[in-house]
Amino acid sequence: MSSAVLSSAPPQEVAAAPPMGDVLPPVKPKRGLIGFIRRNPTMAIGAFLLLLMVSIAVFAPLLWTVDPTALAPARRTREPSAMYWFGTDMLGRDVYSRVLYGARISLIVGFSVAFFASVIGLTIGLVSGYVRWADSIIMRIMDGMMSIPSILLAIALMALTRGSVQNVILAITIAEIPRVSRLVRGVVLSLREQPYVDAAVAAGSRTPRIILRHILPNTLAPITVQATYVCGAAMITEAILSFIGAGTPPIIPSWGNIMAEGRALWQVKPYIVFFPAVFLSITVLAINLLGDGLRDALDPRMAKRV
Amino acid sequence: MFAYAVRRVLATIPVMAIVALFVFSLLYIAPGDPAAVIAGDQATPQDVERIRASLGLDRPFLIRFGEWVWNILNGDMGVSIFTNLPVTTMIQQRIEPTVSLMVLTLCLAVSIAVPMGVIAAWKQGSWIDRAVMGFAVLGFSVPVFVVGYVLAYIFALELDWLPVQGYTAFREGFFPWLENLILPSIALGGVYIALIARITRATMLEVLQQDYIRTARAKGAGQRNILFLHALKNAAVPIVTVIGIGIALLIGGAVVTESVFAIPGLGRLTVDAILRRDYPVIQGVVLLFSFVYVLVNLLIDLAYTLFDPRIRY
Repeated sequence: MSSAVLSSAPPQEVAAAPPMGDVLPPVKPKRGLIGFIRRNPTMAIGAFLLLLMVSIAVFAPLLWTVDPTALAPARRTREPSAMYWFGTDMLGRDVYSRVLYGARISLIVGFSVAFFASVIGLTIGLVSGYVRWADSIIMRIMDGMMSIPSILLAIALMALTRGSVQNVILAITIAEIPRVSRLVRGVVLSLREQPYVDAAVAAGSRTPRIILRHILPNTLAPITVQATYVCGAAMITEAILSFIGAGTPPIIPSWGNIMAEGRALWQVKPYIVFFPAVFLSITVLAINLLGDGLRDALDPRMAKRV
Repeated sequence: MFAYAVRRVLATIPVMAIVALFVFSLLYIAPGDPAAVIAGDQATPQDVERIRASLGLDRPFLIRFGEWVWNILNGDMGVSIFTNLPVTTMIQQRIEPTVSLMVLTLCLAVSIAVPMGVIAAWKQGSWIDRAVMGFAVLGFSVPVFVVGYVLAYIFALELDWLPVQGYTAFREGFFPWLENLILPSIALGGVYIALIARITRATMLEVLQQDYIRTARAKGAGQRNILFLHALKNAAVPIVTVIGIGIALLIGGAVVTESVFAIPGLGRLTVDAILRRDYPVIQGVVLLFSFVYVLVNLLIDLAYTLFDPRIRY
């Protein structure tokens, strides 16, 4: 093809494409909160429910609760009524107040585990994905840990320590780290083959700088999504640990503990188990919806798949 | 194929060794003094010393670990602190209900979840698809024991169709056995069904876009043939993989389900052991479950060629 053809005007017989504006009316995405909700309904519902639960936890003392640990043997196992909204348990404690305060434990455990597991998993995954000689050692250890079902691992850890909220967080975090590390490692392995990483290497950047400037920012989207799922899983694990007597000490009103106490009476007084169960399910649902919404928004290619 | 199988089998040995090392070192890496925790608050210093000696915490780590592994290889998992029975005996007494529960749940979940996922993928975007996906989100969010209590309340207490709790051994008849296990299996299967249905749908969506599906349509194959013969067969490998990985969920969930439905299995044994801080029993159960999990996934890996003859090692 000669340069004369390239520089000349298009031949008249070829119809020029009309300006796109004529065919497709410009789509103006709605801005603001309404637009966001329209575009991400799952995320909006999840965020709304989660916000609701967080406010309940934060403002529990203001929401017409009484002392959740106050014993009153005289008014044991009252059915839900205008006086005791969710009834009272076998020691006469107000279930409504206990459930509201219980939101604090669940949310603290969920968020802490999500945070610590993400930070530690991110570090391990980055090292493992980028430092070749460390990879096989670290991943063998992670494989081993992942072969122990996470609830059992948390149970085994809790059996060796005194029950406390900190130890519950620690135990669940340890059980969740391998999954996060594997995810980050996978992302890092695909990122390090990207041309811009080669370019950075060619430009003489040192390894720590490449990891921090070029790899790390790109792992943040998948790890944020993963963190929401870890948060939901951690809340369920906390409830299970408390329910079977290996979690937070029974004095602390957590949803698992309330259910554990209601367990003996559930056939006659099902409401003691029912209310914390509903709150737990709604909270985990909210977090999972938020996670699904985040995943769809951050990675549109994945959206159609899972 | 044979060389691959040998390599794959050999590769599980280090994994199992790491599991054993990890389960064993929990005693040493746990914060605080495990002997004191296990002995309980009312223990005398002599009690703590006795437990420390029985766990071997007074001897060097490596020597103790070597002994422990050697004993396990000889079928000795130690002795329960509480009952003084060998851990292996206690496990043998409790294994049947757990195996029953898990096998039934597995069959139930796979036979429900796979068709669910296939239909959701076939009718992508329809209300069926949305219902399946909605169910999947719910399945991940509602904990096992919540489902368990709701099911037991409706079907056992209110409607009185099924027993509330308990377990009947398989040798006492298939139907009494099934009657007791049906609610626990559904409760336990919830998350598992959600997981399998989601992966089935995702894989099927991908497979249904392939050229050979269009070819099958063009030559006039029926819808059911296309879905279950042409598409599902090609989607089998990821689905089977997830079925294997998801067994971890079943194991964790069994501990809780057995408590809710008062089934005297390994999960119940674990919970009792926790309340008594009977660490050798917990150690034994965790180790057993983890090894079974590793072995199941090994078998699934080796079985890939059955599902997909194109895979050659």
